[in-house]
Amino acid sequence: MSEPVFDLTYIWAAIMAFGVIMYVLMDGFDLGQGILFPFAPDEESRDIMMNSVAPVWDGNETWLILGGAGLLAAFPLVYAVFLPALYIGVFLLLAGLIFRGVAFEFRFKARTSKYLWNWAFAGGSIVASFAQGAVVGAYIQGFEVENMRYVGGALDWLTPFTVLTGLGLVAGYGLLGATWLILKSEGKTQAWAYKITPPLLVAVLVVFGAIGLYTPYVDQYVSSRWFDEISIAWILPVLVLLCAIRVYTSVRSKRDGSPFVATMGMFVFTYLAMLYSKWPYVVPPDYTFHQAASAHESQLFLLLGLLFVIPFVLVYTAWTYWVFRGKVKAGVGYH
Amino acid sequence: MELDPLLLSRIQFAFVVSFHAIFPVFTIGLASFIATLEGLNYRTRNPVWERLATFWAKVFAVVFGMGVVSGIVMAFQFGTNWSVFSHTSANFLGPVLSYEVVTAFFLEAAFLGVLLFGRNKVPRGVHFASAVMVATGTFISSFWILSANSWMQTPAGVEMVDGFYHVVSWADAIFNASFWPRFFHMALASFLTGSFVVAGVSAWYIMQGREVETHKKALSMTLWFLLIATPAQVVIGDIHGLNTLEHQPTKVAAMEGNWETGGNVPLLLFAIPDQEAQTNHFEIGIPNGASWILRHDAEGVVPGLKDVPQDKQPPVAIVFWAFRIMVGIGLLMVVFAVVGLFLRRNENYAKKRWFLNGLRFMSFSPFLAVLAGWFVTEVGRAPYLVYGQMTHAEGLTPSLTGGMALFTLIGYIVVYALVFTAGSYYLMRVLRDGLEKSETTVTDDELQRAKRPLSAANSAIEWE
Ligand code: HDD
Ligand code: HEM
Ligand code: HEM
Repeated sequence: MSEPVFDLTYIWAAIMAFGVIMYVLMDGFDLGQGILFPFAPDEESRDIMMNSVAPVWDGNETWLILGGAGLLAAFPLVYAVFLPALYIGVFLLLAGLIFRGVAFEFRFKARTSKYLWNWAFAGGSIVASFAQGAVVGAYIQGFEVENMRYVGGALDWLTPFTVLTGLGLVAGYGLLGATWLILKSEGKTQAWAYKITPPLLVAVLVVFGAIGLYTPYVDQYVSSRWFDEISIAWILPVLVLLCAIRVYTSVRSKRDGSPFVATMGMFVFTYLAMLYSKWPYVVPPDYTFHQAASAHESQLFLLLGLLFVIPFVLVYTAWTYWVFRGKVKAGVGYH
Repeated sequence: MELDPLLLSRIQFAFVVSFHAIFPVFTIGLASFIATLEGLNYRTRNPVWERLATFWAKVFAVVFGMGVVSGIVMAFQFGTNWSVFSHTSANFLGPVLSYEVVTAFFLEAAFLGVLLFGRNKVPRGVHFASAVMVATGTFISSFWILSANSWMQTPAGVEMVDGFYHVVSWADAIFNASFWPRFFHMALASFLTGSFVVAGVSAWYIMQGREVETHKKALSMTLWFLLIATPAQVVIGDIHGLNTLEHQPTKVAAMEGNWETGGNVPLLLFAIPDQEAQTNHFEIGIPNGASWILRHDAEGVVPGLKDVPQDKQPPVAIVFWAFRIMVGIGLLMVVFAVVGLFLRRNENYAKKRWFLNGLRFMSFSPFLAVLAGWFVTEVGRAPYLVYGQMTHAEGLTPSLTGGMALFTLIGYIVVYALVFTAGSYYLMRVLRDGLEKSETTVTDDELQRAKRPLSAANSAIEWE
């Protein structure tokens, strides 16, 4: 092999980081509908909640598949360590997504068995969200890897810390779901969404705060990263807090769009802070982005195609959201 | 009893991939059929085509939805159970699978919505174009995934550096030796699946006297098509087999149930291969048949299983019988297509109950043939994952224990059983409702609800 002229690994790290946050933001609010489902005031609100995400959830989940395939292409070591290490968790995630996916479809056709699909939707969404949160925790925690192979046990990932991050993401997606609902609904459904947003916000801040305090104990590297010298990165938690305040004030002043945007801001800054905590390690504690990367020619071959195709994909996606813009009306569905 | 993670992983993989496979083959074929109907509708403005297209799009929606959920599982199976294999071949497989996502999955997702819900929202031309795009998407998807699979059968364009495959020629790797025969064989298999299901369902409606004229049009169309497609599949299958003979001789030996390399090999119609004893029992065959088919010469040399040590032989009986099931069904399909031609007089193909009953029965056959075909291909590759280079055992996830594998195997079986039951139940419901109910004016609610697969079909799920 010839030496690469320039290093694509950083570009790929940026693409993957972008893909992951796209997935989290987009699937987050529709998983959130499932998380809030059992607490909805009535069946009609549930209809609205489902209708509000029905046209887009499938496209949202495609980002997850892109995440899987993209990791295999650009950072195969991550793919080959995370999936075996999280074997049981991945199964739960997939099972959750399956039940939730079919519940979407069947609930509207069901009559007497409607309640079954309500549970399938809620249960599937909660399990899938929890599993994703646990993956994040497991990443911070690190993996037992020898010679590029995972050598730990089946349930090593399941620790008090990952349970905490799992719950954190469930709460976070719940908040995203609630603020999305503020944006997309009106009347009593919206009133309910307004009502639950502040307590959810508090719950999220408490769990995120606990995770923030816990993390340096779980991982030495993270603590030295943040506390050895005070860097510009400290702006990130501050920004998270500012966004949280914005969520609160805009809920108070009943501005339909802002809570959702501000919640997305919380997610983005938390995510950046997490990336900063671990950079440049991608399979903690041992491997960096460069060590996990695939061959240069593979990165290049895929990058050339992506540069051409992804703009189209983004246009379709935007177009879908545009077609289904506006409030979801009770009993009417979309316009 | 010691639980073997390798065996359990193989069973699990075979189970989840077989489950997934039955949906795509149907949707690929049906997508093209729908695009054809939409095209006819666009040109002729004859409402018959529009009604048929709308009805079949509903069926399509249900099946496509199941394909999607089961497909997501596949994308992660490589990593969970075959992590060493994934890692080793990631430089090739990663980009190929990623290209599938960005060129096919997003395309299908976007245009499916327009196809299912956009008839009154977009201009006629755009609607027809969407149907074509969905069909195109399914083919792009098969292109990439079959390239990945063919590469595992006949690896090319790569070199091994420090234990990892590196691609030296993308063209050689993507268009590897067995790719084109496999792609065309699979494409035709999908067309046959779509056609036989449409034919069988139409026959069923005709027998019930429901919307006879409309369904006769669909039946007639598919019968003409089958007249070309069924013999074509036999020819391509033959080419495919000759390709295998060249690149994977041991697999051909297993398909033929032939132990000793040599000439004058019979074409076995029946036999019970005995791997322990390295021989067959109860052979019934056509003398020199296999030599003729594979070498076009009675003396032609056919490879034998004993050329490789016993632990490098695939499980012969599975390959041998799966191959016979596939070919048997293939020939039976030709018979049906030809009989259909003879029944053209007086439109007898839509009158003879035995023929219509036969077609109903045949609508299940392509699924069986497809699974049998994949079993030939995949089991025949054993013990290798990457033919001749990496075995199943070498590719297995090292940290996987028997208990973990058993847990997920049982898990997938339970989950799929539930989903499949609900899905089939729902599909039957759509079929029972038929053309008549599918056009009761779509309410605002239903129209608006979704651009999502299953919601296009709006029958309620319980019995009334
Ligand atoms: C010859 C065709 C074919 C074959 C052999 C496979 N697939 Fe498939 N797959 C399709 C043809 C297809 C399709 C027709 O494109 C589907 C069916 C429904 C759909 O959405 O696309 C699909 C769906 C589908 C999805 C969901 C896409 C979505 O959400 O839109 C994934 C992740 C996969 N597949 C992955 C796989 C993997 C990893 C396979 C290999 C083991 C595989 N498929 C075999
Ligand atoms: C969709 C149609 C497919 C079906 C029905 C199918 C079926 C099977 C079966 C039955 C096995 C088991 C063989 C054995 O253990 O002896 C197998 C193995 C395997 N196949 Fe496929 N296959 C399909 C497509 C693919 C594709 C497209 C790929 C790769 C891109 C693939 C990759 C594998 C791998 C990695 C194994 C090894 C695991 C195992 O042995 O079970 N398969 N497949
Ligand atoms: C009588 C005619 C047929 C012949 C001679 C034939 C031949 C073959 C051969 C030799 C293979 C194995 C390729 C390998 O080495 O891996 C194969 C695989 C396969 N066959 Fe057939 N086949 C026939 C009919 C059919 C029919 C009717 C269907 C389905 C409707 C079908 C579906 C498949 C599939 C899905 C595979 C696995 C994928 C692949 O390798 O292409 N075949 N066929």
